[in-house]
Amino acid sequence: MIKRFIAFLLLIAIGGIFATLLIGYTPDAELNLTARYYAERTAADLGSANIVTAIVVTYRGLDTLGEVTVLFLSAAIVGLVLAGGRQRTPRPRAPVGELLTTGTRLLAPLIMLLGVYVFVNGHLTPGGGFQGGAIVASGVLLLLLADPLRHFSHGLISAIESLAGVFYVAIGLLGLLLAGGFLDNRILPIGTLGDLFSAGAIPLIYSLIGLKVGAEFASMLASLSGTEEL
Amino acid sequence: MSMLMTAMTALLCVAMLVAALVAIRGRSLPIAILAAGLVSLVASVLFLILASPDVAMTEAAIGSGLTTFLFFFVLGRVRGGEND
Repeated sequence: MIKRFIAFLLLIAIGGIFATLLIGYTPDAELNLTARYYAERTAADLGSANIVTAIVVTYRGLDTLGEVTVLFLSAAIVGLVLAGGRQRTPRPRAPVGELLTTGTRLLAPLIMLLGVYVFVNGHLTPGGGFQGGAIVASGVLLLLLADPLRHFSHGLISAIESLAGVFYVAIGLLGLLLAGGFLDNRILPIGTLGDLFSAGAIPLIYSLIGLKVGAEFASMLASLSGTEEL
Repeated sequence: MSMLMTAMTALLCVAMLVAALVAIRGRSLPIAILAAGLVSLVASVLFLILASPDVAMTEAAIGSGLTTFLFFFVLGRVRGGEND
């Protein structure tokens, strides 16, 4: 009883904090200093139509490298923990159903194509490496659901993942040598705003991030699916 | 924001709260997982209304897509030794 009362009090306190925040909030009439810099200079300086992508990949590229590293570490730890488990032994099991099998045959390539489209066009349309990678991984997940015994080559997945990471850092270092700094996208010509091959190295970097993220999620799912129990 | 947009946002917020309650209080685990995915889906629509399509895509792909399926995966795996 007293526990519920304390929980209720805590809820009211948190609600009060959020209510005061909400009441005190007035939307800014104009962009603040940093936002205005990004909004006005991105197209001219970096040639990227999507300002969010320009910030994520170039202005704050180092943070993105950190994020990718965190994701890589969690994928590696999942693999490490599950490596001790027993490998799944092939045994007869109920078929997953005509609908899922046929639907997967139709949808899995389309889903992966959409994922690739999202990360290749990261500098033009909303989305980018992380979103595209997650969509590619959902395609892999659909394949796993349709055929739980399907074997994905862990060597291939790790090769894609490692190569993408190495090239990502290498492009960043090239930016240090050829352009203004680490992960500067102007090592390639900026091109015209809105073209597929524009915005310098941003499409290249985001494609590498997309491949890396997709491979990481796919390796997590494949090791989850391939391990019988711990 | 127009009147219609505000009404729709309020409706989505209510739907999100209901889905969250179902996810917490619901009796059956599969329905709870689906409700948690629904919370993410509504959140991604709300992000879209708030003019941040990039965040909306992340939320839809990871929050309501991958996480939901991951939960089902794990649920199927632990089904052997549990009774809700």
